[in-house]
Amino acid sequence: MGLTFPLIATVTWGAALAAMTLRRPVHSALALVVAFLGLAVTYLTLDAQFLGVVQVLVYVGAVIILIVFVIQLTRNVGLPSESLAVRPAVVGVGTAALVTGGLISCLVASPRFHIERSGEGTAPVKELGEALMANYVVALEGIGLLLTVALIGGVLIATRRPAKKGS
Amino acid sequence: MHWFVGLFPEGPIQTGVSMVVAAAAIVGAFAGLFAVTTWIERKGLGRLQNRMGPNRVGPWGWLQPMADGIKALTKEDIIPAQADKLVHTLAPIVAVAPVIMAYAVLPVGRNMVALDMEAGLVFFFAMGGIKEIAVFMAGWGSRNKYALLGSMRGIAQMISYEIPLVVSALVVAMAVGSLSLVDIVNAQAGYYGGILAKWHVFTPWGLGGFLLFLVAATAESNRTPFDLPEGESEIIAGHMLEYTGFKYALFFLGEYMGLFAVSGLAITLYLGGWRAPFSFLAWIPSWLWFFGKLFCFIALFVWLRGTLPRMRADQLMEFAWKFMVPMVVVNIVVLAMWHYSAAWRFPTAGLWRWVLCGGVLLAAYLGLSKLWRPWEPPSRRVYRYAE
Amino acid sequence: MIPRVLGVGVIKGMIETARNFLGSYYDPQRLPTIEYPDERQPIPENSRCFPMLIFDGESPEEGLRCVACKICEQECPPQCIYIEVERNKQGRSLRRPRVFDLDISVCMGCQICVEVCPFDSIKMDSAFEVTAEDRFGELLRHKKDLAKPNAYFHEINPTEAALADARIEAGKAKAAAKAAPPARMAA
Repeated sequence: MGLTFPLIATVTWGAALAAMTLRRPVHSALALVVAFLGLAVTYLTLDAQFLGVVQVLVYVGAVIILIVFVIQLTRNVGLPSESLAVRPAVVGVGTAALVTGGLISCLVASPRFHIERSGEGTAPVKELGEALMANYVVALEGIGLLLTVALIGGVLIATRRPAKKGS
Repeated sequence: MHWFVGLFPEGPIQTGVSMVVAAAAIVGAFAGLFAVTTWIERKGLGRLQNRMGPNRVGPWGWLQPMADGIKALTKEDIIPAQADKLVHTLAPIVAVAPVIMAYAVLPVGRNMVALDMEAGLVFFFAMGGIKEIAVFMAGWGSRNKYALLGSMRGIAQMISYEIPLVVSALVVAMAVGSLSLVDIVNAQAGYYGGILAKWHVFTPWGLGGFLLFLVAATAESNRTPFDLPEGESEIIAGHMLEYTGFKYALFFLGEYMGLFAVSGLAITLYLGGWRAPFSFLAWIPSWLWFFGKLFCFIALFVWLRGTLPRMRADQLMEFAWKFMVPMVVVNIVVLAMWHYSAAWRFPTAGLWRWVLCGGVLLAAYLGLSKLWRPWEPPSRRVYRYAE
Repeated sequence: MIPRVLGVGVIKGMIETARNFLGSYYDPQRLPTIEYPDERQPIPENSRCFPMLIFDGESPEEGLRCVACKICEQECPPQCIYIEVERNKQGRSLRRPRVFDLDISVCMGCQICVEVCPFDSIKMDSAFEVTAEDRFGELLRHKKDLAKPNAYFHEINPTEAALADARIEAGKAKAAAKAAPPARMAA
């Protein structure tokens, strides 16, 4: 364990920082890819294999593609933008430190934080599937409904244009 | 391999050495296969098109891949002056590295899988998803509107065909009950009547799923008839436009490696992986079966390339969304029917199961093809002046 | 008979290309490739490239059919022929060209020189594999380069050669007939 987690954490943290501070949106998107991959590797070191690969499949394979399409289809987004930092710098850094400190203290104070990692792998696929279908089926169906509504909305928006042109 | 690893001291060094040996074996085998495939493709395409392929370099042109490699290595490496240098340089690497990683979960032979992951199937598709980022990076980093257009079309095509690809692989995972590729191959053990292997392709849902997977795989690898992103007569080379020399060769390598990987997955899912088709042929080594089947797939892809014209962008997208996606959903339904009709016990039940499931698939296929492309042959033409 | 279903066209196409593939190994119609320069395609009789001068017999100097009438020089559209008549010390023409230069970089192969020659002496050659390393040296052909034996002409174009020989024989016979009877009539 000793060297792996600090290394992965540094890479992820550096990529996230780069995604925030780089001027060109494309570079930010690619830095975000590295951050997501770092997260996926973290899941893999925790033996959550399914979660790790699904992280890559969904985030890198779909979300980043969406961001990339937006960048390609929008004009003037490819140009470097001005820095989004808040002036004076003390306000920005201070707010960030406050939020991070609050999150860490809540995490440490919660009773689940000090659970020892068990030997065998956590969340094998079969148990995940059974839990989804048995205990959390309402949430699953709700998400399915949400996705269907989004899909229908997307199709409607895409096909609305010819009617507008005609009228 | 085990005796070689055993030469090194115990502990982390041994693990490291075994990893390096496995990785080197995979890269060596499949890169060698890449060289052979370029030769097969050029000679095969030539013969399919009534001409000879290259036959000057070595007997029957065997050394042509070597000549191609030397040419690619010695070409000048040009980066456009206004291109985004980092993105432009990293794109070929991002194109090749994940695809090679995807080989780690393919069972090449009995006990010959580099990484027996529990969610191996999903890992495979995750690596395929990273390949699309490389296409975008190549198109964007080149600072060229044709490259950008090509990469946009390429990404659109790849994400559209990812759904039929993943869902037809999902059907197999549902049938077997596990996402691990080793389990999927093991589930295809046994023989019908003692002779014919129990491959998934010999079931109605397996046959449909195999054909759908094959079409989606052709589209994912940007292979004719779906090679619009790199169509030479339309957009010259699409996202690979501004690449010369070795970087272009790397893209090429990535594309062919992707082809092998997805063919290997088709073999694992539907054609029984390293299993022999007939019980009396089971003495042939397992990896020989795997690579034999892979060669058949390569020949099939070359044959398709020599036969079919390219599909237009809108025809391609329509085909994916209006035909393939409903068909894979019907395939899942047919799997469910097959699974629950396994409990039928009356005589000739096997035949009636096939008739029912195959009938549903056939009806869906005919209905969807009529819906998608209602095509009437033109009536007999009458020429007014030419008689 | 076969319904027009999606995929039938693909299968038909693949059968045809499979026929191409397998047929290319035993059927010459399915593999019409000629591996130049190891194999040559046979060229037809009347194919023409650049002109040549015909000589009868063994010696290119003595047997040359050309009498330096200069008709071809006048009729040549791009004017690629240059002829100088060989004259003896008194200035009378010896009915032989001293210089016959033909610039094949200018020649357009129109065959007009062949059509107008009354002596069947300039004919079209079909040797097309001509390369030169400099533009004006080797592409300017002189009399000695242009002279080819009649046997060679028979090889590349037997029909034309036979016709030319028949014309020359007929001409010789007519000349002999004209020369002989007046002598008898005089006597």
